[in-house]
Amino acid sequence: MTDAPRLEFRHIGKTFPGVRALGDVGFAVRAGSVHGLLGENGAGKSTMMKILGGEYIPDEGELAIDGQVQHFRKAADAIASGVAVIHQELQYVPELSVMENLLIGRLPTRFGLVDRRKALAWTRERLDALGVDLDPRAKLKQLSIGQRQMVEIVKAILRDAKILALDEPTSSLSHRETEVLFRLVRDLRAQGKAMIYISHRLDEIFELCDAATIFRDGRKVADFDTLEGVTRDQLVQRMVGREISDIFGYRPREHGKVRLAVQGVTGRAVPTPVSFEVKAGEIVGFFGLVGAGRSEVMRVIYGADRRTAGTVRVDGEPIKPTHIRDSIQHGLVFCPEDRKEDGIIGVRSVSENINISARRNHLVAGLFVNDRNEAKVADAYIDRLRIRTPNRRQEIRLLSGGNQQKAVLSRWLAEKDLRVLIVDEPTRGIDVGAKNEIYNVLYELADRGVAVVVISSELPEVLGVSDRVVTMCRGRITAQFQRTEANEADVLAAALPEGASATPIRNT
Amino acid sequence: MTETNAAAIGAKQAETPDARHRALFWQIVDDYSLIGIFIVLFAVLSVTVQYFFSWDNIVGLALSVSQIGMVACTMMFCLASRDFDLSVGSTVAFAGVCCAIVSNATGSVALGIAASLVAGALIGFVNGVVIAKLNINALITTLATMEIVRGLAFITSQGQAVGVTSEAFFTLGSAELFGLPVPVWVTLVCFVVFGILLNKTIYGRNTLAIGGNPDAARLAGVSVDRVRIAIFLIQGLVAALAGIILASRMTSGQPNAGEGFELNVISACVLGGVSLMGGRASISGVLVGVLIMGTVQNAMSLMNIDAFYQYLVRGTILLIAVLVDQLKNRRQSR
Repeated sequence: MTDAPRLEFRHIGKTFPGVRALGDVGFAVRAGSVHGLLGENGAGKSTMMKILGGEYIPDEGELAIDGQVQHFRKAADAIASGVAVIHQELQYVPELSVMENLLIGRLPTRFGLVDRRKALAWTRERLDALGVDLDPRAKLKQLSIGQRQMVEIVKAILRDAKILALDEPTSSLSHRETEVLFRLVRDLRAQGKAMIYISHRLDEIFELCDAATIFRDGRKVADFDTLEGVTRDQLVQRMVGREISDIFGYRPREHGKVRLAVQGVTGRAVPTPVSFEVKAGEIVGFFGLVGAGRSEVMRVIYGADRRTAGTVRVDGEPIKPTHIRDSIQHGLVFCPEDRKEDGIIGVRSVSENINISARRNHLVAGLFVNDRNEAKVADAYIDRLRIRTPNRRQEIRLLSGGNQQKAVLSRWLAEKDLRVLIVDEPTRGIDVGAKNEIYNVLYELADRGVAVVVISSELPEVLGVSDRVVTMCRGRITAQFQRTEANEADVLAAALPEGASATPIRNT
Repeated sequence: MTETNAAAIGAKQAETPDARHRALFWQIVDDYSLIGIFIVLFAVLSVTVQYFFSWDNIVGLALSVSQIGMVACTMMFCLASRDFDLSVGSTVAFAGVCCAIVSNATGSVALGIAASLVAGALIGFVNGVVIAKLNINALITTLATMEIVRGLAFITSQGQAVGVTSEAFFTLGSAELFGLPVPVWVTLVCFVVFGILLNKTIYGRNTLAIGGNPDAARLAGVSVDRVRIAIFLIQGLVAALAGIILASRMTSGQPNAGEGFELNVISACVLGGVSLMGGRASISGVLVGVLIMGTVQNAMSLMNIDAFYQYLVRGTILLIAVLVDQLKNRRQSR
């Protein structure tokens, strides 16, 4: 190992219109190490990674590889210097196969045509060497998100990258996929690669990282050369700048009458009839593996996907099938899992995203949008949920994930007659501080008598916030636990396919 | 905690007054660049081109863009919702022919106008239903209806211009009100009405939301299909209105009228900053876009520039407008 670190950021600064994203940030990554990068959403981690990947040009400072100062003007410069950044949003061609995605731009040819046999053999060989179990001929769109992520990582390795940055790689991976990823990361470390690993999951940081740097509000607040002897609380405290003793902060409350009653509901992706009830003031956590059918059931209940049978009642009143507006009219609302695809309207302002639904109740003369009221509503939620944005007119795509999520939640909080809130993975890819704030919103709603359904794939979260836990597996409800009787082992066991805890998890 | 957070943000901004000023500067440039360009263009032409800055010429200019202006208002909605409509040119022609034939047959101009408005709305409705309900790409759908409706115009008119016998019909295109021709008034009303619709009603805001992200809009309770159908229906209606006025000005319904009209309208919208990716549109932008197109054309005619070159200039302006827009977006996201 040489004296100069493999990668060093020096006094990096970057400003966007209205936001200082990074200011005077520097840290170094040694070859043969995994360097954790922590911080709340909007702390500047992703901006840093985009600078590393050549997508952003820093306003101040520089970065050096093996002591050599680099000036990346575009992504290709970074790639040429041996840098591979794997973003949360993956970049692949869904219609092409694994093999073609890996070999894009350099497929072997024979007489000017692609030599498929050769390409296939080459790809198989490499995948086997890396211990990655993927079919080279499978199209990317047929793979799970975890498998697609694997393809991206393999692509970076095949380019012979010596610096590898992973931004939230496990946020949509199953347990088993995460294990495969970890093994791969450890192998790469053993080969002397320098790696940056961004994650909100502190367990992963402790399990995987040799060193860590913490960002807050675009600045570096702490460097750890080693994580030996560092506690979880220390990290959390540095990240949020305050102490959070219990991020769930659960508090018990009274439950009222049944608010949401689901009877024998089926849909295209819900072949087995599903029934359950949620009482007023009750928070019910739905736990299951990725692909267990929880989101599909909730989408049918909400009316986003076709309901083929069964009834959904809110306070005894039936909801029309496949009719989102009727659901909203009855106070039954849904926050989807994929914020970017289904939640936010990126090019519209924070205020628009908050007011899009509830504005119908505040029209002037029954026709005109009440801008003054909408501004008031937007500002109130920006303040109350601590949505970090320069102002309510900012395009929501420019906000960090946690803040986007809070805006989407605000959209439903602004409904004056909210009765049932269904949230699908509300804290995915969100930092500890924002998670805590979102949980508090859920409690507040429950206190008001709203029936809350939380879908989550994170067991501690489900156990931490729910009054009752429902487990699903392969499209069926498999068990229910009251808060007092729920424990990790039992809930997990109920969510796993029978006798299959050790077999690979398939999610299509 | 809220206070410290606000303080932190405040501190962050205070640290970089330079950056804030720069941001503000670009904001102003973004918001007013187009209007500025138009004012400069107008001033330069007023000084350099003879007869340009005269009341008659300016009224003539306004009259020449009145059809494009009307339809640009509805095309703005169409583009803002991430859709596309190529059929408006054919609708203009068919509406003119239809109005002339029905007027002559019934002896009632009012019936003729009503018939062609209904026809236009129907064309738009078909477009909307096929696109929204049957999920066929808007470009393909309206390309098909463009051909079909143009065909209908030729068939019903037997390929000939259909002259109108009623005098009353001509006043529609030539009468003046407070010194301005009726078509210019109609266009102005369109801009006001559609401006209010876009900015002040749920319909307009939902249009932009659909263009920004149709899936998210649907899950937020927007009746996406209904809004899209309405957009096309109104577009057809206004295109028919433009066709009636054009026929009145030409004193006949002509089946080959409005060729290339759809592209001029779309050009004016794009020039006015309407995003083809949906979600972004402003009525003032469209107005200026229309005016720039009209002004350039008008000045070239006054300068006796060959009509062939006018295509060249129009295309170049459009290309520059799109490039500028691209640069704007790039700066925002880097």
